[in-house]
Amino acid sequence: MITPQMAVFLVLAAATVAGAVSLILQRHPIHSALSLIVVMVALAGLYLLQGAEFVAAVQVIVYAGAIMVVFIFVIMLLNAGEEERTNISRLARFVGVPLGIVFLFEVAYWIGRATAHLGTTPPEMVSTRELSSLLFREYVFPFELTSFLILIALLGALVLARREDSD
Amino acid sequence: MNEFASQHPLLVVVLPKVVILLFVLLTALAYLTWFERKVVAHIQSRWGPYRVGPHGLLQPLADGVKFLFKEDITPAGADKFAYFLAPFLAMSLAITSIAVIPFGPTGLTIFGQATPTGISDLNIGLLILFAITSMGVYGVALAGWSSNSKYPLLGGLRSSAQMISYELAMTMSVVGVILMTGTLNLSEIVTSQQGFHWGFVPRWNLIGSPMPQLLGFCLFFTAAVAETNRAPFDLAEAESELVAGFHTEYSSFKFAMFFMAEYASMITVSFLATILFFGGWLSPFPQTPLFAWTHYIPAAAFALAGIALIAHGVRYITIFGRIVLPVLGLALFGLGVLFGLPAVIAFVQGPFWFLLKVAIFLFIYVWVRGTLPRFRYDQLMNFGWKLLLPLSILNVVITSLAIAMAQP
Amino acid sequence: MVPTSYFLVLSAVLFGLGVVAFIFKRNILTVFMSIELMLNAVNLAFVSFSRALGQLQGQVFVFFVIVVAAAEAAVGLAIIILIHRNRGTLDVENVDSLKD
Repeated sequence: MITPQMAVFLVLAAATVAGAVSLILQRHPIHSALSLIVVMVALAGLYLLQGAEFVAAVQVIVYAGAIMVVFIFVIMLLNAGEEERTNISRLARFVGVPLGIVFLFEVAYWIGRATAHLGTTPPEMVSTRELSSLLFREYVFPFELTSFLILIALLGALVLARREDSD
Repeated sequence: MNEFASQHPLLVVVLPKVVILLFVLLTALAYLTWFERKVVAHIQSRWGPYRVGPHGLLQPLADGVKFLFKEDITPAGADKFAYFLAPFLAMSLAITSIAVIPFGPTGLTIFGQATPTGISDLNIGLLILFAITSMGVYGVALAGWSSNSKYPLLGGLRSSAQMISYELAMTMSVVGVILMTGTLNLSEIVTSQQGFHWGFVPRWNLIGSPMPQLLGFCLFFTAAVAETNRAPFDLAEAESELVAGFHTEYSSFKFAMFFMAEYASMITVSFLATILFFGGWLSPFPQTPLFAWTHYIPAAAFALAGIALIAHGVRYITIFGRIVLPVLGLALFGLGVLFGLPAVIAFVQGPFWFLLKVAIFLFIYVWVRGTLPRFRYDQLMNFGWKLLLPLSILNVVITSLAIAMAQP
Repeated sequence: MVPTSYFLVLSAVLFGLGVVAFIFKRNILTVFMSIELMLNAVNLAFVSFSRALGQLQGQVFVFFVIVVAAAEAAVGLAIIILIHRNRGTLDVENVDSLKD
């Protein structure tokens, strides 16, 4: 029974897996970065499908719209070129990769079996108000700690990447 | 028809709205270029496009044809995928933002289906607009890098660094409005600005209670002008600077797409500014029976404009103008009469005031471009990080203080 | 409606692909991006469980994961810039002077 939600899920899931596989198979880091952006935006769509609308918006704004921009800046500034092609050994190509795919299917099957009792996701959207009241009342201490963490990371990145002036 | 509509709501209700809005937006984009050239020209004491069609009205058409027929060159050594992706990304993101804008009050029914006036009415509409803006950086960065040439790379990096710096100030300056209205839904933000202080001053967020968002509006508009890479913050793409910045190596239709993406983001920012600070589709006149005559303002405006255009057109220089301008004037007059009919008048109020305010903001955009000199890049970055961002944080603090003190 | 186990299977597959990319890629930037892919897969699992069990703590934790990923990306990229500046290479196979 392909309901509209199922169709949307299949399209978005295919996009995430295609993006992740493309991340592995592309040679130039910029193309890997673009594939990762596709994965992140498709994941935001999946969050929307489950009703977590605020998390989806934050994922696009922060993760795909800021963190990946920093990645792309660094790739452009360091002028990272294409990777050299190293051929993997014949054992890896003919035994390793197929066995890896079989392992992947097995893991997927067992996870599906183990969590089948959880049922389907409820359709209603989570309201931002509930989420923020949880974030700012019960979890206000970790929230302030993360702001401190960002400050430390900012200072660390500044100090590390600064060019030393020769005297 | 109503049963068909209730079974296929997407097809009958949403699709016509999308088609109409897309058509209107693309035409408005084209004529915004005409508007800008005319206004900048008049600021500089010259006439602007005048020959291509009466008063240069066919200039966008001529530009479009020119863009389509130019040779499409791809520079040697360019990264083909990113080179093709960048203009499409910029353009499609800029046009998608029209999907969450409310053009009028809710309660519109088409064929028996209740729909929002606008394409959709999301609970996080404001965040979606910011998400689209932050993804817009990729169009610029990828365009600059994939052209495999020095000036576009420098221009693209500078331009995208500028965009991410001012994006922070832009989103922080809006937090004051969100605190006052308590919602991220754009229609609800507009409806919370209904009502009038002392009977005749509208309760728009600019002069709202408990804290007028004047500082927030100034910060938002300044940061938005910088975010859309417009003058006076257009160092990265101005003609006398880095050749043409990140779109140097682009020709014909791809360049036209960057052009259109810039104007579309201008329109989006004007939409946001009217919705958040100027009451969106609300009329500036109170809705009491004393002011019922203000319902005829759209009709009167269009009718008068039509008559003026007819009177000017019959004495125009070229024969073509003497035919086309009076016909246009007649069409405007007809629209004016149509807006005065009782069946249509309630429906046309919201969109008319909304589009009027948006047009005023677009005029301010073009006015600022024609008047102010350019910022140097380091002045620009200093301004964004050391002045706008602290001021926007200050705005958040003051607004939350005012709200906390206003609570009983 | 989509069963929750589908989302969890997708999260596991993405995590596995992230691990594969982490092991097999040679450019240090791509290795770093695979770490971000693994973090995203974990976020998907958090959101799915949060919706399935009806609690919001999962989504609050997703915020913290995103913030930590941002901080880690900033510092990690600064370190990568330093490696490029001092060693001249972005290949993980070449930064092996601590090996005997």
